[in-house]
Formats: sequence, C-alpha cells, structure tokens
Amino acid sequence: MLRGFNAVYDSLPYILSGIPITLGLVALSIALGLAIGVPMAIGQTYGNKETGRLISLYVWLFRGLPNLVLLFLFFFGVFPMLGIRLSPFVVAAIALGLRSAAYQTEIFRGAFLSLGEGQMLAARSLGMSKRKAIWNIMFPQAIRVALPGWSNEYPILLTDSSVAYAIGVMEILTRGNQMVTRTYQPMPIYFTCALIFILLNFGGIRLIHMIENLIRIPGFGREEQ
Amino acid sequence: MNNTPVLKVQDIHKSFGNVEVLRGVSFEVEKGETKVFIGPSGTGKSTLLKCINQLTIPDRGNVWLNGREIVHSHVKINLYRQQMGMVFQNFFLFDHLTAVRNVEISLIKVKRMNRKEAREKAMEELSRVGMADKANSYPAELSGGQAQRLSIARALAMDPEVMLFDEPTSSLDPELTGEVLDVMRKLARGGMTMVVVTHEMGFARWAANEIFFMDEGVILESGPPAEMFTRPRFERTRRFISRMTELYAEEQSDG
Ligand SMILES: Nc1ncnc2c1ncn2[C@@H]1O[C@H](COP(=O)(O)OP(=O)(O)OP(=O)(O)O)[C@@H](O)[C@H]1O
Ligand SMILES: [Mg+2]
Repeated sequence: MLRGFNAVYDSLPYILSGIPITLGLVALSIALGLAIGVPMAIGQTYGNKETGRLISLYVWLFRGLPNLVLLFLFFFGVFPMLGIRLSPFVVAAIALGLRSAAYQTEIFRGAFLSLGEGQMLAARSLGMSKRKAIWNIMFPQAIRVALPGWSNEYPILLTDSSVAYAIGVMEILTRGNQMVTRTYQPMPIYFTCALIFILLNFGGIRLIHMIENLIRIPGFGREEQ
Repeated sequence: MNNTPVLKVQDIHKSFGNVEVLRGVSFEVEKGETKVFIGPSGTGKSTLLKCINQLTIPDRGNVWLNGREIVHSHVKINLYRQQMGMVFQNFFLFDHLTAVRNVEISLIKVKRMNRKEAREKAMEELSRVGMADKANSYPAELSGGQAQRLSIARALAMDPEVMLFDEPTSSLDPELTGEVLDVMRKLARGGMTMVVVTHEMGFARWAANEIFFMDEGVILESGPPAEMFTRPRFERTRRFISRMTELYAEEQSDG
C-alpha cells in the first residue's frame, strides 16, 4: 500500500506534465476537425451533387477506420512515403483530426439541415449571395444547434487521444506506462491516469456548458433553465 | 419612361417533375399599384411569386423590373432581388438575431451601409410598422402579428421598387391579421407597388387595382374588384370569392 503511494507520489509530476500534451493533442485535432468539418458540411448541404458525393466518401472512409489503424497508416506509411518528417505528436493530431472531421461533418450537416429552407429563401430574397447567406444567416444558427452534439467530440477525442501512446507521443498514458515499468506498481499508477482523464473530462464539459449558456438565444434551441 | 411598368411578367411556365404548375402567366404592375392574386390551394401562386424574384427559376418566360430583363441574369440577380421585397407566409425571420438586427443585417451585409446608418434606418423601418419598442426582442419572443410586421420592415429596409406578399396573414390567428393588414394598407396608401397573394377578400376589395383569379397554373380571369366581386365571368371565380368572403365574415364576427 505504502509502496503504491510512494510510486504515485514520485510519478505524479512526470505524469501530470503529460496533461498539456494530451490537451494540446485534443485541441489541435478538434480544431483541425472543425476547420475541415464545417466547410465539408456546407459543401454537402449547399454544394452540388458531385461535391456532396466526394464528401460522403470521405466521411464513410474515415468513420470506418479504427483510430489505431489510421495512426499507424499515417506514421509508418503515408508520411514516410511522401518523404515528410513529422513528430509523432503532429502525426497523431492530424490522424485524430481527420477522423474527427468526418464526425464533425455529420454533426454540422444535421445542424444546417435542421434550419429549414426558409432561412435561406429569406436571406436570398434580400439580395444576399449564397456565400453571404451561409456565413451570416445559416452558420451562426447551425453553430448553436450543433453545439450539444459537437461538445461530445471533446470527451471522445480526450479518450481517443491515448492511442497516441502507440507511436510514442509523451501524453498521459505514455508517461504512466513508463512509470509502471519503473516502479512495478500498475494498479495505483493506472488508477492515477484514469483519475486525470476523468477530471479533464469533467472540467472540459463544464467549460462547454458555460459557452453554450453564453451564446444561447431566448426561445431558440434548448429551453431556458 | 412614364409608361414602363415597374414589374412586367410574361408567359411564365414552371414544372416540377412532370407536373406543370405554371402554364403561362402574364401580368403587369404600374408604379403605385396593388395587384392581388387569389385562387385555390396548389394553383401555383407561391411558385409564381418565387419565379418573379428568381428564388425559383422559371422554365420559360420573362420578368422585367423597370424595363430590365432579369431572368437568367446570374450575377446581377442579387442586385435585382434587393429591389423586390418579399414577405412569406411563415415570416422566415432570422431566429438568431434581434428584431433590429433582422432589419439591419441586409443593410450592412448587402448594401454595405455603416453600422450607425444601418441602425438608424432599421429603427425607422421598425417604427413604420409599429415595432420600435420590440427592437431588442428575438423572433421567438414575438407574437405572429409582430413577427410578420417585422418581416415586412426587413423587406422595406432595402427600399424595394415592389413588394411581394405571399399570404402574409394565412398563418396568423384571426385576431392578429388586422395589425398586419393595417400595415399593408398604409403601404398601399403611401404609394408602394405591391403584388399580394391573399385570401383576405376585404383587403383585396379595398386595396386592389386589379384582382387575378388563378386556377390550375393560369390566370383564369382578372378585373377590378368591383367587377370580380359582383359579376365574374366564371362560375368558379364566383364560388371561390363567395366562399372566401363568408369565411372572412365569420372571422370578423368571431373576433
Ligand atoms: N419545390 C417544389 N417541388 C415540387 N413540387 C412543388 C414545389 N413547389 C411547389 N410544388 C407544387 O406545385 C404546386 C403549386 O404550389 P404553390 O405552392 O405554388 O401553390 P399555391 O397556389 O401557393 O398554394 P397555397 O394556396 O396552398 O399556398 C403544388 O402542387 C405543390 O405541391
Ligand atoms: Mg402558397
């Protein structure tokens, strides 16, 4: 028991310093997913048939591949083949981000569709171009509709981020694992890792709810609490 | 230039699939006139209005705005649409914006007005429809009548040459139609050029320079209200008008 405590006590600073790396990985992949997912959702909702088909193919492909497969494929396959040298951290962010993009496309597509065609008709009738209408009228509303579903991407990516261990990114689990081989105390140390993930998850979700409340519109979307 | 109509619509055809919804519709509106379309459900009245500002592209036919041909004018269509205000049965207000933002957004984004000017103009338009005190309310906080008056203000803000109304009171509770019709009467009196699809026979009788009875994708007959209400040429027209007038009278006595 005491040895367990000591092991945790000794390892804690080292494991905790993985938090910025884990969170950085999550933030980058969510951002990449958003940057790709929103335009793809717009393309699918308001673009022509061919664009829509291409995007569907992307979504289908990336949703069908396990994270670990994607990670290995990029780290050992795609990037080396292209002669591009990237750190494991960057490769992990790209792989997780591209996969998240597929999910975020679906989330935002649903949000755009839920707005109905009336908003677009009204905007166009005032002389707005399609681009202006999408940007000023559809997107601000879609964001609000999408937020509850979109915020799920955080816990999903947070938990998925630990696969980066497999290519040696120095995130929480990788560090925990190293400490286990050093101290031979798997139970307390993995328990510590689990606790860190749970706390990060809890804190993040609180933050997202705060944002949701900030941008809520009276009578729009969720009921007033 | 005096005799160029503000709006000229010629031989509009439109099919959805193999159903021909519009089968050659033509009419003209002179400056300051109000033309009213009536007719049974599904005869293409909404489709016609959308063909006028090209929200639906007609298969055949032409539309002239102040003598300029606007069908298939790809790039410029956004310019022409600014000159044609449209009011929808279901308002289609921008739900994420307050009343005043609903009105000013197109002034800022389309007319490129600066924020201060746009705000002033938007407040003016809100006052015009009696909505100044609701400037900071969101659409979901408005009654149907208020929402429709706001959507009229939004369209008016662009200083359109002609206003297109598609059953502006049809989704309102009977006791709320009055406030919207009042705004429309005021517009008509003020010299606005209007094309109105409506079932409100009282309004049609009062405001219309000419009433068009639409049936199955064509204008079956047209004429000034006095003629259409008292001695229409077709039995169908007479039946439709008398049925609508009865409904209207019931609503009035109910409320
Ligand atoms: N986008 C569309 N695609 C397919 N069919 C359509 C479309 N828009 C309208 N229609 C059909 O065209 C016909 C005419 O519709 P429209 O809405 O113009 O009639 P309306 O005279 O306005 O009727 P109402 O009084 O009920 O509003 C209807 O049968 C409708 O189902
Ligand atoms: Mg209609």
